[in-house]
Amino acid sequence: MITYEWLYLLAGAFFALWAVRSWTDGRRGNAGFWALLAASFLLGSHLSDLVNGGLVLAMVVIAGLGRVKRSDPPTTTPVQRQQSATRLGNRLFLPALIVPLTAVAGTLLYNYTPLGQTGLFEARRETLILFGIGVIAALIAAMVWLRPPLMAPAEEGRRLLDSIGWAAILPQLLAALGAVFALAGVGDIIGSIAGGIIPEGSVLLAVVVFALGMALFTMIMGNAFAAFPVMAAAIGIPLLVEEYGGNPAVIGAVGMLAGFCGTLLTPMAANFNIVPAALLGLRDQNGVIRQQVGTAVPLWMCNVVIIYVGAFVLWN
Amino acid sequence: MNYWPLAGIAIVVLGFALRFNPLLVVVSAALATGVLAGLDLLAVVETLGKAFNDNRYISVTWIILPVIGLLERYGLQQRARAVIEGMRGATMGKLLIAYLAFRQITSALGMKDIGGHAQAVRPLVAPMAEAAAAKTHGDLPDDARDEVKAMAAATDNIGLFFGEDIFFAIASILLIQGVFEAAGYPLAPLELSVWAIPSALCAFVIHAGRIRAFDRRLGRAQP
Repeated sequence: MITYEWLYLLAGAFFALWAVRSWTDGRRGNAGFWALLAASFLLGSHLSDLVNGGLVLAMVVIAGLGRVKRSDPPTTTPVQRQQSATRLGNRLFLPALIVPLTAVAGTLLYNYTPLGQTGLFEARRETLILFGIGVIAALIAAMVWLRPPLMAPAEEGRRLLDSIGWAAILPQLLAALGAVFALAGVGDIIGSIAGGIIPEGSVLLAVVVFALGMALFTMIMGNAFAAFPVMAAAIGIPLLVEEYGGNPAVIGAVGMLAGFCGTLLTPMAANFNIVPAALLGLRDQNGVIRQQVGTAVPLWMCNVVIIYVGAFVLWN
Repeated sequence: MNYWPLAGIAIVVLGFALRFNPLLVVVSAALATGVLAGLDLLAVVETLGKAFNDNRYISVTWIILPVIGLLERYGLQQRARAVIEGMRGATMGKLLIAYLAFRQITSALGMKDIGGHAQAVRPLVAPMAEAAAAKTHGDLPDDARDEVKAMAAATDNIGLFFGEDIFFAIASILLIQGVFEAAGYPLAPLELSVWAIPSALCAFVIHAGRIRAFDRRLGRAQP
């Protein structure tokens, strides 16, 4: 059976290769950072929690000292790129499409045909595993077709990875912060505060506090999934559903979407807001968030109205 | 109740506002929160290490970078621009609104892996939007180009967030179902996912309007 562990070994091998190339390129900080990440991927399942924690702290020290920098591996010039783009035409898009097609078509085939009974993939992990398979297939296809130098994919990958830099592990680190917050009971504290500030008897105000709590707590955690159980337990279920008799399906579904409006507004949602700013080379780290504010705020208001109308006015 | 663990949140907010390195901010917040909640420092490091290890799947997606980089080496971004320049009547507004609809519909059908920042926005959507904006408004100053690229990324996010919940077999719908079932309210995933449709329509109308307004504003800013 193919499990996530296989993907970790694959990704670990990539990070190790990038670490070696960074070292031979004279970029010691980058080499150390990617080597530690490679160690986490290759050995993490066999190390103690404390050693894994040590790996995290060491990576953070290297990044905090500003030692993870952009790199400049040899690549083609803009003129050469223009020429090969003209020569190769729209066929250039095909290798890029192999990855999503493998992930999506493979997931559908695996779930809706007898293929799923073979137990080839770890349960509920098939999409990401198929994504990995798609990457390998696309790499092989592109190598056979374009015949670049053997190290070109590694060097081009390093160019992109170093342009993202330390932000590459921020989403994973934020997930770890969520685990510490949960252990320290931060959710329960927030829930009790939010539950305590609602005036009696106003359905609309209770809806507003619920939706606002979802958005704000999502902004703090960077993730609506962390906010939802807390706000549902503090306000959604006891007050909106049980005391005021609202429709639970609307309160749950649209409450979550009110949280998604918060995701658009926070640097804590790094993989959606900070990583693309790095990938696109924006000079303002918060440039993506700035473009989202004007949509997120009115959309949050729409969600308040949808909960109020759908769960109370139409339901009763 | 002990309110001290909230200091971790304050560290996060302050740290981001003062533009310290986000990795440092997050780890400081984690250590402070754990210790203020009365946990042993080593136990907090262990929790952090275990959770980081359990969430490695999040960073697995970077293995796509060699594929994208290799295609860029052969002119993927240039080709994306050329496609737009060859289309008559292609404006940035029309392009991004079409991508918004595409992203919402494919996500609603469960195909959320078709878009994304590394796979689609950097190599395709952003260069196409830049090319379309330059075609209508002439060469843009650097600030305006950054805004166009950022709007392309924002459109990807909004299309994903307000499309994916219409597909019933997705993590957030299953989480809502789980939370309500635990509280004694069994709901079917489909009951929940139909209620994602009104918000999806609002998201399309609001964001499409903003994209058009942005396109018009770029036109006015140019001589």
